[in-house]
Amino acid sequence: MRSKLTKYGIGLLMLIMTVMLSGCSSSMMVLDPKGPIGADQRDLIVISTILCAVVLVPVIILTAWIVWRYRDKPDNKAAYKPTWSHNTKAEITWWAIPIIVIGVLGVITVKYTYALEPSKPLESDKKPLVIQATSLDWKWLFTYPEEGIATVNYIKIPEDRPIKFQLTSDAPMNSFWIPQLGGQMYTMSGMNMTLFLQADEPGSYYGSGANFSGPNFADMRFQVDATSDDDFSKWVSEVKSGPTALTLDGYEKLAEPSSSAVQTFNSFPDGLYDKIVNKYVVGEGHHHGSEEK
Amino acid sequence: MAKPASQHAGGHHDHEHGHHDLESLKTLGFWIFLMTDVIIFGCLFAVYVVLRNNTAGGPTAEELFKMPGVIAETFILLTSSFTSGLAVLMMHAGKKKALIGWLAVTAILGAAFITLEVTEFIDMVHEGATISTSGFLSGFFTLVGTHGLHVSIGLVWMVGLMIQLSKRGITPVTKRKVEVLSLYWHFLDVVWIFVLTVVYLMGVM
Amino acid sequence: MWGNLESFSDFFVTGDPLILGAQVSIALAMVAIVLVLTIFKKWGWLWREWLTTVDHKRVGIMYIIASIMMLFRGGVDALLMRVQLAMPDTNFLHAEHYNAIFTTHGVIMILFMAMPLMFGLFNIAVPLQIGARDVAYPFLNSLSFWLFFFGAMLFNVSFVIGGSPDAGWVAYPPLSELSHSPGVGQNFYIWGIQISGIGSLATGINFVVTILKMRAPGMKLMKMPMFTWSVLSSCLMILFAFPILTVTMALLFLDRFMGAHFFTLDAGGNPMMYINMIWMWGHPEVYIVVVPAFGIFSEVVATFSRKKLFGYTSMVFAMIGIAVMSFFTWAHHFFTMGSGADVNAFFAVSTMIIAIPTGVKIFNWLFTMFRGRIRFTTPMMWTIAFIPCFVVGGMTGVLLSVAPADFQFHNSYFLIAHFHQVLIGGVAFGYFAGLYYWWPKMFGFALNEHLGKWAFWLWNIGFYVCFMPQYFLGLDGMTRRLYTYDFDMGWGPLNMISTVGGFLMGAGFLFQVWQIAHSIRFFKRAKGDHWDGRTLEWSIPSPAPLYNFATEPVVNDVDDWWETKQKLAKGEKLAPKPALQPIHMPKNSSIPFIMSVFWFGAGFGFVWDWLWMAIPSMVGVAVCMIARSFTYDDDYYIPVDEIERTEKAAALKEASI
Repeated sequence: MRSKLTKYGIGLLMLIMTVMLSGCSSSMMVLDPKGPIGADQRDLIVISTILCAVVLVPVIILTAWIVWRYRDKPDNKAAYKPTWSHNTKAEITWWAIPIIVIGVLGVITVKYTYALEPSKPLESDKKPLVIQATSLDWKWLFTYPEEGIATVNYIKIPEDRPIKFQLTSDAPMNSFWIPQLGGQMYTMSGMNMTLFLQADEPGSYYGSGANFSGPNFADMRFQVDATSDDDFSKWVSEVKSGPTALTLDGYEKLAEPSSSAVQTFNSFPDGLYDKIVNKYVVGEGHHHGSEEK
Repeated sequence: MAKPASQHAGGHHDHEHGHHDLESLKTLGFWIFLMTDVIIFGCLFAVYVVLRNNTAGGPTAEELFKMPGVIAETFILLTSSFTSGLAVLMMHAGKKKALIGWLAVTAILGAAFITLEVTEFIDMVHEGATISTSGFLSGFFTLVGTHGLHVSIGLVWMVGLMIQLSKRGITPVTKRKVEVLSLYWHFLDVVWIFVLTVVYLMGVM
Repeated sequence: MWGNLESFSDFFVTGDPLILGAQVSIALAMVAIVLVLTIFKKWGWLWREWLTTVDHKRVGIMYIIASIMMLFRGGVDALLMRVQLAMPDTNFLHAEHYNAIFTTHGVIMILFMAMPLMFGLFNIAVPLQIGARDVAYPFLNSLSFWLFFFGAMLFNVSFVIGGSPDAGWVAYPPLSELSHSPGVGQNFYIWGIQISGIGSLATGINFVVTILKMRAPGMKLMKMPMFTWSVLSSCLMILFAFPILTVTMALLFLDRFMGAHFFTLDAGGNPMMYINMIWMWGHPEVYIVVVPAFGIFSEVVATFSRKKLFGYTSMVFAMIGIAVMSFFTWAHHFFTMGSGADVNAFFAVSTMIIAIPTGVKIFNWLFTMFRGRIRFTTPMMWTIAFIPCFVVGGMTGVLLSVAPADFQFHNSYFLIAHFHQVLIGGVAFGYFAGLYYWWPKMFGFALNEHLGKWAFWLWNIGFYVCFMPQYFLGLDGMTRRLYTYDFDMGWGPLNMISTVGGFLMGAGFLFQVWQIAHSIRFFKRAKGDHWDGRTLEWSIPSPAPLYNFATEPVVNDVDDWWETKQKLAKGEKLAPKPALQPIHMPKNSSIPFIMSVFWFGAGFGFVWDWLWMAIPSMVGVAVCMIARSFTYDDDYYIPVDEIERTEKAAALKEASI
């Protein structure tokens, strides 16, 4: 017997589902990519969701139907077979269904895994811009080795040009994530990770440290501005003519645990990034990860 | 399939028989425990192998390991495994005194092993090679130390069992205890062979 | 002697009104418990009947009580977090406090709520289902419980003494190392988990032997109830996974305590090694807790559809497949750590493969209901609600396993929503179903169904309201473990909805507490076969007598009790029961309790670096073990006339319902 409570409960649940599904708009960062990597990942998310839904939706409908049809009511005329517990054909069918779906999804996944390997350079006629990102407690240091400038908690990039991020950490590990450009990659001490991303259109994008790293972890956010090549060069020269340089001492101070506002430096010590990486490399066999090959 | 007495709802008449089944149940449990111990040692070996080149400027295996002592340890432990086997043989022959005697020999050999190992550790510490020197030494001390800890626990167990045997003689319960202990002792022997190979021999090679 | 204590406030956590409130209420509750026990002269009763018991049914009940307490603590943690996140830029909790709370929430819910609730249900149901008198090692069973209990207490004490751990529930180094977490909180984490972990390992051994060796005659492996099968799979996973946890925690402890360099950044330590090891335990761990829930659903769905479980063999092989595969997926927790495409592809596919046996199980449950007669009792409602919830949660899990897509899901609220959906929708729903299902068997009275349905709907609606928005928050770039966020991010509205859902679940929990209180107040005796069940536990009175079965049952079929009832209905004669014989029982023992107190002391000593406390406590542990080894008088027999009396009294009670 279904009580009133059950009726209200089911009704309310349906209502919530509808509201939730309608709330699924395309303004979500991950579903609104602005670069080729992010776009591919969005496509992959959509494809795999559809593949899953092919099984999911019928199963949920089937559940509702079975529960309704075979409820224990005195006047229920549906069949009742208390000992029917085996049917080879049926069981082969539902071993086969997930095997097929997972098989298809597996093939797609493997293909994309190789295609979207983060350390693989992007196809472009432009030379990639190198940005070295170091996660500190609790701020991001970005150094532009070719331009010779450094920033804290802020990146400016030219649009339509591949960016080669080199990632490391001088603090507990973190994860470098700009959702609208593409997926994240961990920053780890003593390791030099590579992540290629690209912005297809100018705009201001949200970036953050995604992996928990201690008290002020919530402050590890940064803004990514993608601009035209000209604006980018202009910005570089502006930064270069700025008042402060990052010295080794300055870096040591910067690395101390604290939060930081956006900062720019007109220069930084030679080989700072390599020094940070090598600081933690001890003995042999310690390197790990998708280093440059 | 063996059933414990509680399964038979057995009366007093098959009390002894019931105990026998309960004892076999405990032996099985001990086998399973040893399997989990294998995983523990397996992890420690894996950790050691990952870290063994991370000497961080500290002493390396070649500089540190003194093989004569290690070979003596090995010889002593292997002998003790043999004498614990003799103890079990004596038990099956029903010779209580010989059983206790061989257990005592085993325990003395075990104690000698531990003494040598502790001396080796102390020497290393004096040379400035401690657990906090490098990743390699952390792995070394933990792996070898865990084995040593197992042997030490086995020694206490052995002494306790000798007292129980002298008080109660060879009963189904003490019999099972001796068998389980001997199993444990052989197991530690096998682990030591791996320690010898992976840590010492591969270290000085 | 007090080592690292410089002032009183290093020991007692002070200065936070929330914690002060908790300290006061803990103190009041303790005084109240002591007073009640003293006034009603219940100390002796508590000691003899409960603290020293080796009876699996009582051990099970103690597990369940402890886990409900822990559910409360973990739930309060959850609600505090939801309040903090409900609106942007909130200052309800400061960052350190928030970090401690999400850490303890995770540890408590997995290790001190789900695990003991699971062990409680193992204890209650398994020996009864297989027709055994007790578990294989009743003494060890009691020890397991007390180790869990004191481990959990040690962990919880950090809330008011010394400060809670705050490096996340899996405590990645180097954050969890001395260099970045110098406080004692992380030590509490290590020792709380270590001590209770030893207990879990012992339980694993205990139940594997119990199931393999103590089944009633005639119960072949392929005639075992499905819950027993699930317990066997889960315990086998425990045997392989928990030793890894033991080693991992021990090494982290050596790093912090002795200055070793296993996972440190300097002197050749390797933090990645910790991450591999913790997930080699951590991934199987989630299957350890979910597989028994699958077993419960199988029992419940067959009982309340009044139909045989569909595809028994498929179910067994699916479960074994899940158990085996669970050890080959751990690296999917760090696809984004640059292991390279080969490794990622392997672990992506191995993870997806688990969806296959899981999917098969879903179909089998559905087809058990198909052509059945479904009764909407509370256990069945939780089971029905589980199916869509777990299917959706499983699907989002498959999405996460698509490695390149995981680069966008990892560390985001999408992941949070996923694992809460499988852990609440799978594990919590399953254990609730099991708790409602076996409650009459445990206590001899039934729970009020009406209040139970209120709780059910609050939990269910609350669940979707709470966690569906989190999927979208994740897709909108919200990362986990943020203690606050800017208004500009636009995450406010969805977070607010999510918080409302959290409180609905909290209300559901209150309804469950009310339900229990109400059902005790208006005590309604339950029959031995309260639900018209199918397996052996329903063939004996509720609650089960001390010795479980007066005579050993002989099993012929999969659902033996159901078949027996069918035969009786047809008027067939059953084989006559053999004559009663004295029953061999284990004696109670105070050693497990005392030994666990020593473990607590040792853990507490190591936490504070107080060797004067740790070493004598470890000696105490050793003395307890030796004392046990020298105990030969550990069993007794229940005489036949006592069994007759008990059986007659139970029959009278049964007739009076």
